[in-house]
Amino acid sequence: MKIAVCIKRVPDMETRFKIAASGTAVDESGLKYDMSDFDGYAVETALQLNEKQGPGETVVISLGPDVVQEQLRKALSMGADRAVQLKADKVPADGLAIARALAAELQGGGYDLILFGRQAVDSANATVGPMTAELLGLPCATAVSTLEIANGRATARRDLEGAAEIVEFPLPAVVSVDEGMPRARYPSLKGIMAAKKKPLEVKPAQLGAEHIAIEKMELPPERAAGRIVGEGTAAVPELVRLLHTEAKVL
Amino acid sequence: MQDFFDIDSALSEEERAVRASVRQFVDERIIPVIGDCYIEGRFPKEIIPGLAELGVFGANLPEEYGCAGLNNVSYGLIMQELERGDSGIRSFASVQGALVMYPIFTFGSEEQKKHYLPKMAAGEIIGCFGLTEPDYGSNPSGMITMAKEQADGSWVLNGAKMWITNGSQAKVAIVWAKTNGDKSDKSIRGFIVPTDTPGFTAKDQKGKLSLRASDTSELVFQDVHLPKDAILPKSGGIKSPLMCLTQARYGISWGVIGAAMACYEESLAYSTSRVMFDKPIGGFQLQQQRLAIMLTEIVKAQLVSLHLGRLKDAGKLTPQQVSLAKRNNCDMATDIAREARRLLGANGILAEYASMRHMANLESVYTYEGTHDIHTLILGQAVTGLSAFN
Amino acid sequence: MANVFAFAESRGGALRRVAFEAVSAARALADASGGGEVHALLAGAPGIASLAPELGKYGADVVIVVEHPGLANANAEALAATAAERIRAGGYRAAIFSASAQGRDLAPRVAAKLGVSMAADVTSFELAGDALVVRHPAYAGKVIATLRLTGSPAIVTLRPGARAAVEAPRAARVENAQPASDPAASKVVVKEMIAGGGAKLDIGDAPVIVSGGRGLKSADNFRLVEDLAAAFGNAAVGATRAVTDDGWRPHSDQIGQTGRQVSPDLYVACGISGAIQHIAGMRNSRTIVAINKDKEAPIFKVADYGIVGDVIEILPVLTAAVKEARAKG
Repeated sequence: MKIAVCIKRVPDMETRFKIAASGTAVDESGLKYDMSDFDGYAVETALQLNEKQGPGETVVISLGPDVVQEQLRKALSMGADRAVQLKADKVPADGLAIARALAAELQGGGYDLILFGRQAVDSANATVGPMTAELLGLPCATAVSTLEIANGRATARRDLEGAAEIVEFPLPAVVSVDEGMPRARYPSLKGIMAAKKKPLEVKPAQLGAEHIAIEKMELPPERAAGRIVGEGTAAVPELVRLLHTEAKVL
Repeated sequence: MQDFFDIDSALSEEERAVRASVRQFVDERIIPVIGDCYIEGRFPKEIIPGLAELGVFGANLPEEYGCAGLNNVSYGLIMQELERGDSGIRSFASVQGALVMYPIFTFGSEEQKKHYLPKMAAGEIIGCFGLTEPDYGSNPSGMITMAKEQADGSWVLNGAKMWITNGSQAKVAIVWAKTNGDKSDKSIRGFIVPTDTPGFTAKDQKGKLSLRASDTSELVFQDVHLPKDAILPKSGGIKSPLMCLTQARYGISWGVIGAAMACYEESLAYSTSRVMFDKPIGGFQLQQQRLAIMLTEIVKAQLVSLHLGRLKDAGKLTPQQVSLAKRNNCDMATDIAREARRLLGANGILAEYASMRHMANLESVYTYEGTHDIHTLILGQAVTGLSAFN
Repeated sequence: MANVFAFAESRGGALRRVAFEAVSAARALADASGGGEVHALLAGAPGIASLAPELGKYGADVVIVVEHPGLANANAEALAATAAERIRAGGYRAAIFSASAQGRDLAPRVAAKLGVSMAADVTSFELAGDALVVRHPAYAGKVIATLRLTGSPAIVTLRPGARAAVEAPRAARVENAQPASDPAASKVVVKEMIAGGGAKLDIGDAPVIVSGGRGLKSADNFRLVEDLAAAFGNAAVGATRAVTDDGWRPHSDQIGQTGRQVSPDLYVACGISGAIQHIAGMRNSRTIVAINKDKEAPIFKVADYGIVGDVIEILPVLTAAVKEARAKG
C-alpha cells in the first residue's frame, strides 16, 4: 500500500516547562524534541501494514522549519521510504492552515491510507487529521485503537466514553490513531545509517490565512501542598474524616 | 541527565539518534531485568537477539560485513548507554565487537571476515578473547599458552586463559598464543578456536562479587588441534592483541561514563525527594558537594572521550591517549558510584537502587583492560621516556 | 446580537450530559453578545424529537430536529454535512460542540467544510470584539494557552466538565429538518456498538474516579479498586499506562498524557507511583488521594491526602469505611 503518515515535532512532555519572555510561547532553551507519541504509533502502524501486506511505500510528511527534518529522519530510520518537509517558519496555531498545506501535498499522491496521530501531545487539539480528510474528500475514522485492512477495506475500533464502535470503510481513507495501536519501534543503528541515503524533499508549505493566534501562554496555578495522613490501615478513619469534613467529597 | 555543558551541540544528529535508540533499548529491555540477573549471577542471554537487531555488535565496522558502519563517537555512545544499564552488558558488547570482531577484521583473511563477521554482527556466533592467563594479567607478554605448528600446517594448542568474558557461551575464542616454543612475545599469533573443538574446555568462574550479570570463565586448551586456516594470518607479536585492547579500552572510557550518569541521576532524584530534618537531603551542603563533584567529573570525562573519539575518527589516536581516558574515566566512575551509594544512605545497599551494583561492577572495570596502575605507568613512560614497569 | 449554534450530542436515544453543557455554553455566549438565540441541533433516530424540551431547560430557543433511521448510530459524515449546512444557513456567531469523543471527531469536519478555523478542548471562552478568546490546556496540561479565534462562525469544542450546565429555560421551539446528506451513503459505517462492560459510569462523567497502578501487583487485585468504586456509588475505575500495557485493563481506561484527561471531584490513586505521564491526566482533579507503600513516590507531591502503606491491605478497610460513612450520611 502507499501510505502517508503526517508527523509533528514536539518537546519532551516530561520537561518542567517555562514560559518564554514573549509570553506567547514556551521557552525552548534546553528542550529535547521527538516525534509526538501518537504520530510514532502511526508510523509504526504504516510500517507494520507494509511489512505484513507485501511491498509498499511509506511516506512521512512534516510541516515546520528545518529542524523537523530530524523527526523525518527518525521515521526514515524506523523504515519509512521517503520524507517530505513542508517548510514553514513555525507551525501555525491554526489547524485549518496546517490541514490546507497537508491536503495540497497529499492531493493526487495516490495514497491508499493517510495516517495521523490522534492529537499532537503539545498542542493537544486533534483537529488536523479530520480537517485534512475533509479537504481531501476522503472517508475518515478518528482515534482508532485497532485497524485491520483487507481487500481495500478497513475495519477499526473507536473508543467512546463507556462504549466502543466498530467501523468499516473503504480505502483510500484518513485514519488517526490512538492508544492500542502499536508503539513506535526504536530505530536500529543500521536504520539510522540507511536513513541518510533516503530521499527527503523540502517544499514550501502552502498555509493560506491563519485565524488563530496565541495571545498568551501561562503556567497553571500550583496545587496547594498536600499531606500524608498516616501509615497503613490505621490511617483510614482519619482519611475518611478529612474527605467528609475538609474536602467535602464524601 | 541534564546536558549541563551542552555537549549535545558537539554531537551530530546521527550520533544523538544512535544514543537515543540504545537508551530506549536499555530502558525497555535491560533495566527491568538487570537487578535480578545480577543477584542471580546470570547474564541475560535472551537480550542477545535484540542487541544484534539493534546493530550493537561491531557497530564501528564496515557495512560490507553486516555491521552498522558507525563512526567511533557513535560507538562510544553505544557503550555509554549499555553501561548505564550494567557494566556486564557493556562488557559483553565490548568483547564481541572490539575483542572478537575487530581482530578478525584487522588480522583475518577475507574468507575469515566474510565467514564470521556478518554472523557475529547478527549475534549468531558469540565470541570471547583469550589473552589473560592465571599468572599473566598485567604482563600478557609473559604468557605461556603455546601453539605448535604441525607438518601439514595445522596447529596444536596447549595452555589456559582466565577471566574470559563470554567464555562459557562463546562459539569461538580468539586465543593468543606463543608459537613453536619461542618464549619471546614476538612469536605471539592469534587463532580462531571453535569452542567445540576436542580439548577445549570452558568453566564458569564462580563466587564473583562484581560483574555478576556477566559470564566470566577459565579456558583450558589440552592438545587442541586447529586447522591451518584457524590462524589470523596478519597477526604477529604482542602488538596484535594490544591493538585489540586499545579498541576495547576506548569503548570502556565511554562506557563508565554511562555507569556514572546512572549513579548521578539516581542520587539527584533521591536527594530531591528524600526528606530528613524537614527538608530534602539535596538541600544540605555535604550532599550538594557530592552532586557538584559528580556532575563536574562526568562533564570532564565526556569531553575527554568525545575528543578521543574525534581523534580516532581522524585516524590520529594513540594508545597512550586511550590510557589517559580509560584511567581517568574508570577512576572517576568508581568514585561517583561509591559516593552515590553513600548519598542513598541505607537504601543504597538495596538491589532496588543501581548505585551499589555499579559500584561493585566498576571495581572490575577499574582492574580489567589494563589496571588503573598499569595505565599510570603507560602515561609515566610516555612522558618521561623511562619505564617503571619493573 | 448574535445567534449561537450548539450541537446536542445523544447516544442510544438519550441526550448526554455534554449536550446540556454545550447548550448552556451557547446560552451564555448568546447572552453576552447582546441576547441572541440558541439553536441546538438534535439528530438521531425517529423519536429523538421528544428530547427537545430537555434542551429548552438549558437555554435552547430553537431545537433543529433531524430524524432519520440512518442516524441511530453516530454517522459522522451525515452529521457533519447536516451541521455544516445548518450553520451556514443560520449565520451563527459561534457553533459549540463538546470535546467528547464524538465532538472531537465532528467539529473539525464541520469547520473544514465551512472553511473556518476552530478552537479545540477549551475550558473557557469570551467574546472580544470580532474575536472569540478561549483558554485551552496544552503541553500535557502543564501550560494554559489563551487563543484568539477570528472569523465567523467561531467553532469551538468545549472540554467536558469544564463548564457546568446551568438551567436557563427557553421555549425550545422545534424546527424539523432533513439530513444534508443521505445517511445511507456514508462511507464509514458503524458495524457494531460495544457497550462498556457492565455499563459502568464512564471516567469522563464520574464525579469520583478510583484508579489503580502497578502497586496492585496483579490484574485480579483490581477487584479491590472496583470494590472501592462501588462503595462510593458514583465512581468510575481508571488505570495507569503500565497496567493497560500489561493488559490488566483496557486502553480506554487509561488516564494520562496519551490516555484520558479527567477532572473529577475526587481522584483516588491506588498503588500508583505518579509518573509525569500519568499526572498529566489527573492533575486537575479537585481532590486527590494517594495510597502507595513508598513514601517518596512522586504521587504524594500532587496528592492532597496520602496514606503510606500496602494498597492491598488498605483498600478493603477504606472500602468498608466509605460504605459506612455513606450509610450514615
